[in-house]
Amino acid sequence: MTELLVVDGVSKAFGGVQALSGCSLTLSEGSIGGLIGPNGSGKTTLFNVITGYVRADSGQVSFKGKQVTGAKPDQIFGLGLGRTFQLTRIFSRLTVLENMLVATQQQESWLRSVARGSASAAEHERAMELLAFVGLTRLAESQAGILSYGQRKLLELAYVLISDPAVILLDEPAGGINPTLIEEIRSRIIELNKSGTTFLIVEHNMEFVMGLCDKVTVMDMGCAIVSGPPAEIRADARVLDAYLGSVEEADDDA
Amino acid sequence: MVRRIGIGVWSVIFVLLALVPVIEGNPTFTSIGVFTLIFMSSASAWNGFSGYSGYISLGNGVFYGTGAYALTVIALDAHMAPSGDIFWLVPLAGLIAAIIAVPFGFIALRVRRHTFVVITIAIFFVFQLLAYNFSFTGGSAGLLPPTPNWVGNTYNDPFYYVAFAVLVFTVLLFWGIRRSRFGLHLLAIRDDEDRARGLGVKVLRIKMLGFVLSAFVTGMGGAIFAFFIGQVYPQYAFDPVFGITVALMTFFGGIGTISGPLLGALLLEPIEQYLTIQYSVGSLYLIIYGALFLLVILFMPRGLVPTIGDWRRFVRVHLAQRREKVLPAKGDAVVGDDVAGDVPAVTTGMQ
Repeated sequence: MTELLVVDGVSKAFGGVQALSGCSLTLSEGSIGGLIGPNGSGKTTLFNVITGYVRADSGQVSFKGKQVTGAKPDQIFGLGLGRTFQLTRIFSRLTVLENMLVATQQQESWLRSVARGSASAAEHERAMELLAFVGLTRLAESQAGILSYGQRKLLELAYVLISDPAVILLDEPAGGINPTLIEEIRSRIIELNKSGTTFLIVEHNMEFVMGLCDKVTVMDMGCAIVSGPPAEIRADARVLDAYLGSVEEADDDA
Repeated sequence: MVRRIGIGVWSVIFVLLALVPVIEGNPTFTSIGVFTLIFMSSASAWNGFSGYSGYISLGNGVFYGTGAYALTVIALDAHMAPSGDIFWLVPLAGLIAAIIAVPFGFIALRVRRHTFVVITIAIFFVFQLLAYNFSFTGGSAGLLPPTPNWVGNTYNDPFYYVAFAVLVFTVLLFWGIRRSRFGLHLLAIRDDEDRARGLGVKVLRIKMLGFVLSAFVTGMGGAIFAFFIGQVYPQYAFDPVFGITVALMTFFGGIGTISGPLLGALLLEPIEQYLTIQYSVGSLYLIIYGALFLLVILFMPRGLVPTIGDWRRFVRVHLAQRREKVLPAKGDAVVGDDVAGDVPAVTTGMQ
């Protein structure tokens, strides 16, 4: 398996707070990677650096063998790297269907967007397919602002999918979601992974991460401290010390 | 169906607008008409950028003033005869305003929300100051564009029809944009610009294009205004109240909708003109505007058009509930369907 995404020694400080200090990580093509660690360990900052929302102070990110350090979010997305946010971010005053259409056809020139409708028949059909995939067909014409938190998570996943990204970074896909919906999201991820999409998932729900991921990376104090298959991670002394700790603490995080 | 009724009503209004000089040839009336048409397109242009993207500009007076001076300076420098030919300068003046919008946008569109509002005001006053101090603008003495020697009673008519043509162009332009992918991207920027960037939207270029198109239309309005009143002075061409007026007209009618700014300008501009003519106090309308907007903010913060839509739905739901009392067996389904089906349509349709 080739390494699709390589993060090499990335550091980032916000004022006096060192959010990332020399963090490295690799993600193999076709895998589901997990990223865990205590709150404030730099997981979301790492996502922001990878997707171009935050510029790293030092270190490099490469995607599909290409340097993407310092690229803008729209460029990163154009290369096939999509993400969701921890606190879901949808376009609340657009309809659910319009939300889906924002990300269609990244390849075309931005000037052409003036002279064409908001969606071709094929794009419309694809958007409806994906809405069916996440079970939101019924709400296609509704304003996205009325969706529940869980439905927003599904919509966010669906509108990232519309451009067929090679890699999707999910920031806490199971956070604040009821068990049935978590199961729903898990099965969607597995299904997409089988058809070739690579995932990197930040999540505090250990059951979710350990059951789903091929490889788990643990972060603490802005560094990736250890990385390996779930079984290995569970037993690692450093991980127990930094994050999993005693059984009760692990429950708190979930 | 709401959409179809809306298009029907507006078609009738536009046909009536087109016939105004024929029906009521009174110069006072057509003069009010010219201003109303200019403000209908300028408010639509403001809405087409600020309403769609959420970037509230109070500096659109820059484009109005630029258009006014562009037509006047070119007509004078080219020694154009005082005839209808000068109308050909209207699109050119719009183009010059659009060009001005590029550096303006390049500076202002990097910041958001309150900072953007403040920067647009600041840039506006820079332009007003320039108009006072440049020699080619005539400074505070202003300039007088060539005035055609058309006969009194129908003098206003050519201005009226040119303003009407610009309005039709404007409505078609922003109606098309609302349905285009570009328009969808502007709306996405309004809701969450950073998220839109992360979905591949080239936000700065999209915002810039919206700003430039808005400037083009506003510049054409300014050009007609200058030619019509036959004089340009810095304080009237670059009028700080202009930027506020187009914004308030849009808020009054319903921001982000196609018909909101049209309705807002159609209702407010005649009142403003009437008060100015009737009482010869140029600023009386500001008091009326202030009171009116207080009422709008208190009772219909989203503006007329969306609120009328809400009332219609309220009445329908209410009627459905009354039916429910008569037919308790079917009631639940009727009410439920109405609520679920209607709530989302509130701000998304063109209404």
